[in-house]
Amino acid sequence: MCLAVPGKVVAIDGSADPLTGLIDFGGVQKQACLEYVPDVRVGEYVIVHVGFALQRLDEESALASLKLFEELGLLEEEFGDAWEQAAQEDGTSAASERENSGSEAR
Amino acid sequence: MKYIDEFNDPDLARRLLDEIHATATHPWALMEVCGGQTHSIIRHGIDQLLPEQVELIHGPGCPVCVTPLDVIDQALEIASRQGVIFCSFGDMLRVPGSDRDLFRVKGEGGDVRVVYSPLDALELARRNPDREVVFFAIGFETTAPANAMAVHQARRLGLTNFSLLVSHVRVPPAIEAIMTSPVCRVQGFLAAGHVCSVMGTAEYPQLAERFGVPLVVTGFEPLDILEGIRRAVRQLERGEHRVENAYARAVREAGNPAALRMIEEVFEVTDRNWRGIGRIPLSGWRLAKAFRAYDAEHRFDVGGIRTEEPAECRSGEVLQGLIKPTECAAFGTTCTPRTPLGATMVSSEGACAAYYLYRRMNGPTPQATRATREEMNPVA
Repeated sequence: MCLAVPGKVVAIDGSADPLTGLIDFGGVQKQACLEYVPDVRVGEYVIVHVGFALQRLDEESALASLKLFEELGLLEEEFGDAWEQAAQEDGTSAASERENSGSEAR
Repeated sequence: MKYIDEFNDPDLARRLLDEIHATATHPWALMEVCGGQTHSIIRHGIDQLLPEQVELIHGPGCPVCVTPLDVIDQALEIASRQGVIFCSFGDMLRVPGSDRDLFRVKGEGGDVRVVYSPLDALELARRNPDREVVFFAIGFETTAPANAMAVHQARRLGLTNFSLLVSHVRVPPAIEAIMTSPVCRVQGFLAAGHVCSVMGTAEYPQLAERFGVPLVVTGFEPLDILEGIRRAVRQLERGEHRVENAYARAVREAGNPAALRMIEEVFEVTDRNWRGIGRIPLSGWRLAKAFRAYDAEHRFDVGGIRTEEPAECRSGEVLQGLIKPTECAAFGTTCTPRTPLGATMVSSEGACAAYYLYRRMNGPTPQATRATREEMNPVA
């Protein structure tokens, strides 16, 4: 959750309270609160943290960051299924059965 | 410098590294304060590309890691109660409390939900007026504007079934605590970029002056970190100690004024315990008086929970930069991402997790390669 991800503002809902926009994070689209960047426009890039745009970012920097995040799997970490990840870390579900059968390999 | 081809701009990385190598004539110890920076450093082997004289020390920059055990146990207690929907960011699910974690509470029947934003928790409260919805409001200054907005909106909407379990922490008092420690070796800081996106840099000049340390505001991509190191080393070699902004594309000197106004309205500064470190004066935020009705600690009367941290976990020393994760006897043996003793091993931003994930099992290796998911969760 420390991660703040750059994304492109693709739509702004001027009637929403708080001010909300649809942000594209390299293909994944999510709503974010725009109250802290109130004069942002569609097509501009912002840094989004836990659903809140915190600052504008220039397009070149944003695209470079997004490309890097995607290569490193950070977008999956940020937007993926936390329960599935927790289950895997916990070794529950199918993984634990394999472990219980004695096939652990470290 | 043979492993920098994976950087997004290897030529620039090489030039920055060349300059750092040419500049550093004395041994210098720099602390990065952001957990995202720690992971980027270990993932790309940046520490291994630096000249021997320049050491990177990992700081207490992971909000999940520094959330005290008491507060985790408070969260587990509240999440276990009937009628409660407990909302948290996903990376808190496996942070160990004294005897279980939120993932386990969910397995035992607790209604624990992962949300992407605190506003999602607020929406749950609106849709479930007969349930108490509690949001686990942890984080540094970067997260505070979001949590402040959630409680501000709750009051505006007249929601009485929404509250926050607050454990917010602030970076500048942590820097002060590190610098006043008698065993401190830190001579300069890479300050956390996104914290400064919100807060600006106003709090830092006095720290640079008082402790004689350069503070370079730094992003967390590999090139950002190299540039931060280059500037910090250059200052140190010149005998300077100033605040520099090496992340100007995302950090303005004044921060984000709208976010700062909201933080000031909703929160007030308070002392906070940091997991593994202890009490740091004025190092956190709690809800201001006008918003105290939204404080889950009081609403659920869990303020009395006090818990001892496991003695064998040395995460406090890791968080203060006193030891590297591999210097802990439990690292990779009794403490792994699946059986974590402390939050530094389970958090995606924790230093111990970074060392485990990137195969720094026995100290520095020639190249940091990423462990597979199967290796992180070691079942064949």
